[in-house]
Amino acid sequence: MTAEPHLLGRLDEIPVGEGRAYTVGGEQIAVFRLRDGNARAVSALCTHAGGPLADGQIDGDIVICPLHQHMFELATGCSTTGRPPLRTYALHIDPDGHLFVHL
Amino acid sequence: MRQRLVVIGNGMAGARTVEEILARGGGEKFSITMFGDEPYGNYNRIMLSNVLAGTDDEAEIFLNGLSWYTANGITLHAGTRVRRIDRFARKVYADDGTTTSYDRLIIATGSRPFVPDIPGVRDAKRGFHQGVFTFRTIDDTRNMLRYARGHHSAVVIGGGLLGLEAARGLQSHGLDATVVHAGGHLMNQQLDPQAGAVLKRSVERLGITVELNARTTEIRGTEKVTGIALSDGRVIGCDMVVIAAGIRPNTEVAQAGGLVVERGVVVDDQMRAVGEPGIYAVGECAQHRGQVYGVVAPLWEQAKVLADHITGADPTAAYHGSRIATKLKVAGVNVASMGLKGPEREDDEFVVVAEPSRGMYRCVVVRDGRLVGATLVDDLSKVAFLMQAFDRGLPLPEERVRLLFDLGAPSAETSAAELSDDAQVCNCNGVSKADLVAAVKDGTRSVTGVMDTTRAGKGCGSCRSLVAQIVEWAAGGETEEDPSAGWYVPGIPLGKPELMAEIRARGLKSVSAVFAELAPEGREDAKSKMGLASLLRMMWAGEYVDERDARFINDRVHANIQKDGTFSVVPQMKGGCTTPDQLRRIADVADKYQVPLVKVTGGQRIDLLGIRKEDLPAVWADLGMPSGHAYGKSFRTVKTCVGLDFCRYGLGDSTALGIALETRFQGLESPAKMKLAVTGCPRNCAEAYVKDLGVVAVEGGRWEIYVGGAAGAHIRKGDLLATVGTAEEVITLTGRFLQYYRENANWLERTYAFVPRVGIERIREIVVDDADGIAARLDEAVQASVDAYRDPWQEGREPVTPGQFRPALPLLVVPKP
Ligand SMILES: Cc1cc2nc3c(=O)[nH]c(=O)nc-3n(C[C@H](O)[C@H](O)[C@H](O)COP(=O)(O)OP(=O)(O)OC[C@H]3O[C@@H](n4cnc5c(N)ncnc54)[C@H](O)[C@@H]3O)c2cc1C
Repeated sequence: MTAEPHLLGRLDEIPVGEGRAYTVGGEQIAVFRLRDGNARAVSALCTHAGGPLADGQIDGDIVICPLHQHMFELATGCSTTGRPPLRTYALHIDPDGHLFVHL
Repeated sequence: MRQRLVVIGNGMAGARTVEEILARGGGEKFSITMFGDEPYGNYNRIMLSNVLAGTDDEAEIFLNGLSWYTANGITLHAGTRVRRIDRFARKVYADDGTTTSYDRLIIATGSRPFVPDIPGVRDAKRGFHQGVFTFRTIDDTRNMLRYARGHHSAVVIGGGLLGLEAARGLQSHGLDATVVHAGGHLMNQQLDPQAGAVLKRSVERLGITVELNARTTEIRGTEKVTGIALSDGRVIGCDMVVIAAGIRPNTEVAQAGGLVVERGVVVDDQMRAVGEPGIYAVGECAQHRGQVYGVVAPLWEQAKVLADHITGADPTAAYHGSRIATKLKVAGVNVASMGLKGPEREDDEFVVVAEPSRGMYRCVVVRDGRLVGATLVDDLSKVAFLMQAFDRGLPLPEERVRLLFDLGAPSAETSAAELSDDAQVCNCNGVSKADLVAAVKDGTRSVTGVMDTTRAGKGCGSCRSLVAQIVEWAAGGETEEDPSAGWYVPGIPLGKPELMAEIRARGLKSVSAVFAELAPEGREDAKSKMGLASLLRMMWAGEYVDERDARFINDRVHANIQKDGTFSVVPQMKGGCTTPDQLRRIADVADKYQVPLVKVTGGQRIDLLGIRKEDLPAVWADLGMPSGHAYGKSFRTVKTCVGLDFCRYGLGDSTALGIALETRFQGLESPAKMKLAVTGCPRNCAEAYVKDLGVVAVEGGRWEIYVGGAAGAHIRKGDLLATVGTAEEVITLTGRFLQYYRENANWLERTYAFVPRVGIERIREIVVDDADGIAARLDEAVQASVDAYRDPWQEGREPVTPGQFRPALPLLVVPKP
């Protein structure tokens, strides 16, 4: 990976199945901890009306914006409700549970 | 190597053509690039009427979201206009500076609203004068909706389909709507004067004012619109003006590129621009045999022909033009029209039946034994046969009036059977009877399932009953209810009673356990979490295993999220009673946290709006008051009047009873919110007749209990459940009713829907008369929930999850490595 890794913190600082928001290099990123142990990162603002996606509910595939229930695929950022896509970011978890995002 | 196919215009015709091309294996043949001026995927423009009226959400009208383009390998330039076509170099130049080469080019640029040059329409700085709108795109619709808020009256210029839809849509947002039409009758393109007059009556009955023969000469107002002036000198005051005076094809780019353009881009029977072997046009921008169309049905046919031709699937495919038969729902009134509006030759037969007072008009025009025209206003039960007869020249019944009425003859089933296979059923989405039958043959046996796979009925909706008839007929009467319609949540294929039985039998106490055991492949589903969390908490009370991710954000942080990501905080004020000390603390909090808005709510409490998530725990601590639960699907408030102690009319101590109810049932989770009221006399100051449960004191020291009332988006007077003698009985019956509702209502089903669905008599049998012998169990269950109650604001002292109150916006800055 050519992108630079940034340490966000520890994965277990995000409750299972929830999201938290971070700003890295001027970008706002929502990171979600899936129930299967993986994590996903997408841009933090809903492309519809700027809703805070880190406050949204997720499952293994999608996040639902808490404001107007628009939905986005966590893996691709694509909206399943016809909105412009989110950016996605590569994540990496080291053996000690540290979480890195690649910008 | 694949050929490069470029499509200009990502509207209904452009995207449909690409779908048809893909359906014919065109994905292997072409690498496809699409340009769309609008910054979205592809949506159903027809449905904008519903979005404006608020009956559909924007999100529901998308036909293809952006993922569809990715999945099919289509490069989409959304929000990008093509500026120029170079047909010699075979390139298109776009506004974003890109140049794209093509082997084949499809022009599907549609139309734009025609805006007559009325003085005052435009404003040098902002394009249109403030308050002037057109109605063509999602953005137009959003702009109107935004402006309609806080304004009171609208004038719509143009009494055609679009104008009437705009007027109806704006009216549903509370605006006074006037349609100003230059013609002598409404929808004069489709209707004759008599049918137009019937439609006018129906439209006026809806409260819309209609001005005919009215030419607008000026739009008035300096800063923003204040009214319009008519040629007869009259002035109509208004806050907004919508121009719906017709459309014009978007042909400038084609014309500048050297294509033959008259009213539209002139095409041959293969939709090919004349003299240009590799360039095609479809949709409203195309002109075929002198015709330019303004409805969607013809463009589905065009799209099929073009796809057959361009992929080589059917080299003989040819478009011969469409006979336009429209079936529309205009401002809530059904209208169908085809061919001639009335007789034109001496020996044309003309049968007309009009009942203006009922808003009904039907006519047919028959020439040489063939149907050459028909109009129906209001009742469309005969439209399927008429459209087919019109399209194909079928033999007609001797008694012509049978074309308009079932005179004791063929029932719905036979008419579904009689319809020929290629008869178009859904004109909005171009779905034929054969398409519906094929979907049923492929194993879809529910009406909604067939509607989902074929998209039939997903446009204006006027064909839905016919779709249902055909599906039933095709399935030999063995249609299935749409299975998911009966599911409690979309991710678990079980209705509420079966789901509860499974949960109980397997002892499932957490949302993740329910997914693991009951969801297909154990797959969790975000859309189902909230409903399951509510159900499990209701079923297990104190034993429920609370997983925080199953909660909606409001329930994670016990406050109501606002549009900017801040929250609103409503402390509990039982029965709407407060004290100077509470008010002082609220005032101090408002000062300390610079609360942008302090508002008295309809539920008799005080709302602090604009609180940052990270401040919530401190705000609660400083308030020192428990949560008012103004955010969840739960028991909200009990509104009361001043009752016995002060009111001259008071018959019962409504305040004390209200406080007792709120103390007992505070925060109780339920399928949807529950708002209550207790009022001290039938003057009903606390609006108890329109609450989920309302209690009214009557003469003789008795209390009436009403259930299933509402006065929000939906208005309903509650049904009288019982009249009882004591406050204790009110409390018992309230608990029993609420528990019955909690156990039996669908997720998000308010009592105003639940009570009529079950029926007040049945509810009374169970709750009051204990006919089913479950009253004691209901009482126990609600008691368990009451016992499990804990004020959620106590979580402020010690967050339950890491970062529970961490802001999601603005955000933490991670230090650079
Ligand atoms: C509110 C409303 C209600 C309607 N109701 C009905 C109904 O009930 N029944 C019915 O049959 N019809 C109805 N219609 C008409 C129907 O929507 C149109 O006939 C249909 O959308 C035409 O499809 P099209 O693809 O030709 O044009 P459009 O759907 O307008 O698509 C054209 C697209 O091309 C884009 N474009 C234009 N120029 C360029 C360029 N240079 N570069 C890139 N992109 C460009 C435009 O932005 C647009 O997105 C209704 C229309 C409206 C507005």
